[in-house]
Amino acid sequence: MSGPSTYTPKSGIEKWIDQRLPLPRLMHDTMQTFPTPRNLNIWYTFGGILTFCLAIQIVTGVVLAMHYVANAGLAFDSVESIMRDVNYGWLIRYMHANGASMFFLAVYIHMFRGLYYGSYKAPRELIWIIGVLIYLLMMATAFFGYVLPWGQMSFWGATVITNLFSAIPVIGTHIATWLWGDFAVGDATLNRFFSLHYLLPFIIAAVVGLHIWALHVPGNNNPLGIDVKTPQDTVPFHPYYTVKDAFYLVLFVILFAVFVFYAPNFFGNPDNYQPANPLVTPPDIVPEWYLLPFYAMLRSIPNKLMGVIVMGGAIVTLVFIPWLDTSRVRSCSFRPMMKQFFWAFAVVCVLLGYCGSQPVDAAIAGVPLVWVARLATLYYFGFFWLIMPIIGLIETPKKLPASIAQSVLGASAAPAE
Amino acid sequence: MYLKTLSLGLVVGLLASTSAMALDTKRLEPKDEKFSFEGPFGTYDRGSLQRGYQVYKEVCAACHSANHLAFHDLAEAGGPEFTEAQARALATAGKLPADPNDKGETTDDKGAPLMRSATLADHFPSPFPNEQAARANNGGALPPDLSMVVKAREGGPQYVYSILTGFGGTPPHGFKVTDGKYYNPYFEGWNISMPPPLKANTVSYSDGTKATVEQEAHDVVTFLTWASEPKMEERKRFGFGVLAFLVLLAGVLFAAYRKVWKDAH
Ligand code: HEC
Ligand code: HEM
Repeated sequence: MSGPSTYTPKSGIEKWIDQRLPLPRLMHDTMQTFPTPRNLNIWYTFGGILTFCLAIQIVTGVVLAMHYVANAGLAFDSVESIMRDVNYGWLIRYMHANGASMFFLAVYIHMFRGLYYGSYKAPRELIWIIGVLIYLLMMATAFFGYVLPWGQMSFWGATVITNLFSAIPVIGTHIATWLWGDFAVGDATLNRFFSLHYLLPFIIAAVVGLHIWALHVPGNNNPLGIDVKTPQDTVPFHPYYTVKDAFYLVLFVILFAVFVFYAPNFFGNPDNYQPANPLVTPPDIVPEWYLLPFYAMLRSIPNKLMGVIVMGGAIVTLVFIPWLDTSRVRSCSFRPMMKQFFWAFAVVCVLLGYCGSQPVDAAIAGVPLVWVARLATLYYFGFFWLIMPIIGLIETPKKLPASIAQSVLGASAAPAE
Repeated sequence: MYLKTLSLGLVVGLLASTSAMALDTKRLEPKDEKFSFEGPFGTYDRGSLQRGYQVYKEVCAACHSANHLAFHDLAEAGGPEFTEAQARALATAGKLPADPNDKGETTDDKGAPLMRSATLADHFPSPFPNEQAARANNGGALPPDLSMVVKAREGGPQYVYSILTGFGGTPPHGFKVTDGKYYNPYFEGWNISMPPPLKANTVSYSDGTKATVEQEAHDVVTFLTWASEPKMEERKRFGFGVLAFLVLLAGVLFAAYRKVWKDAH
């Protein structure tokens, strides 16, 4: 899309359409001839995988919505009747529930990929920021979705999360009441969450459009983090990356299918097969796994308002990364110091997730997990606000290869013309 | 709310640590009972399902509902697979509150509610008309609906099996069984409001299987697991086909991928 179009209509009809609505041209230029670095590895297939995940969620979700009843008295039973009475309802529902987990698995890999290869650096800042927005919308969508089956965790998860807003001084409780549409989580809440759960995925789809549009201006970054210099550095998207993306997508779908067909409740919480009961609080209220790191941060701060600010700050921080990283070099492959801090960061995120999954008073080897979570939270923020700017200035990067082509094809690559 | 949770957590933590000095009443790990439906190819044992239904109906149904099950489910593929005639007979034995008669009455002359026989389309009748009645008859405790209990408990089939076979031990020194409750170390807190439901020969099996407590528990847990996941067999079979197709597709795509990229790197 950057640079002149190479499209030549092959038939009269194509030409006729192209002159009036250049959609064939757009498809041709973005999905066929688009020059793509020839050295993209497996971690670059997750963009396509994410698009697939969104499509799966929308298709299965629309079918679920045909049978689902958004009413506090009927929702739980309607989901169960989808599982039992609707033809292949169990398949649709298990695909949707596990699809959400697979979606987050993919988005986390995709984001860590971006962090490692410096894909957020100029000129790709907006691609990254739009990505953070998608991530935020995904979390909201998944949270609303998790409330819909109206089990114990649905109800109590919704109660805990919406109650966070009451931490805001003065107007907090009013905001909470406004969100609920009542004085507690109830039927009104369920109905509006269903409405939003239906709406947001389509907004995500639109924002994904912006994400890809922005991507197609500078083109893909790559594992070396160096710019494309000559046509030799790239291959056309089709067939090179269509076939590669398709292959890895199928591997991903195999993993997805293993969960759907052989461990469909692996990511679920048994409590959610008990109908919501406002009078019985479950012993441990745990969110879905993909929200656990933030939950751990929230719980590790003794002051509720501060906890909410820290949790929000953890996400807002991501927006500033393009300017926090002071390094001249993009890819961690050439950043010996940053590489180590990066992997420590990945470990810390998993550790935070673990802390979030455990009861509040848990300990490992005598160390209370609250303290582990506190230190991990400190590292999370320290990584972005201190380590990133400082390391970028003091580190000596390794020597970068002259070009992508030379690095991939070795000496046989013709010298750049 | 959050502070409350935290302080609650602290209090619970303190309580737990003080009572831990006396006695830790955390539930025991469930027993490692093996079932035919485990693993990627596991299916329900039909005989066990049919016997399990008998145990459910003759014992558990006195206190527990199973609202999500209908009588026609008993004849469906992948379930106990009673014949349709058998399922219909089982339905007819069940009694449900009838619709008002043509005089608009819902009770007979003596004030007893009008009842009718269940049909294949009906869901299993509940033992109690409402939650209050269920509690009143069970010392204040509510016997949970059993249709999904296996999926609704950490530990699944093994957990329910352990509860059913976990009665009768001698409580350790220093542990007090609450009045009206029963000692069962597989239940959180060790005090359960359910009286031991199974004894040897509580039911008499028509297929000659010996009705030990373990056998009865094994059968009823098989039945309840099916109740939770009635489409499990279809799901696993379907999944096998899907995976076989996907692996094949992956193979073809891999070959294509190698061919396309042969000269590109
Ligand atoms: C006399 C009434 C009665 C009978 C008969 C009975 N139960 Fe229960 N059951 C209860 C009560 C009451 C509870 C609630 C216990 C509690 O919360 O302490 C309960 C709880 C349970 C639980 C849930 C335990 C938990 O983790 O919360 C299961 C599972 C269960 N029963 C299975 C069965 C099965 C299977 C049978 C038949 C073999 C059966 N029950 C027969 C009264 C009964
Ligand atoms: C970004 C995409 C989406 C995500 C991440 C998502 C996530 C979720 C989650 C986590 C659940 C709870 C699953 C469970 O435990 O049962 C759920 C339920 C549900 N979703 Fe979605 N969803 C998405 C898109 C959609 C769309 C587009 C629709 C409808 C048009 C939809 C309709 C439903 C319905 C009806 C339920 C309740 C039934 C059920 O719980 O299985 N979803 N969703």
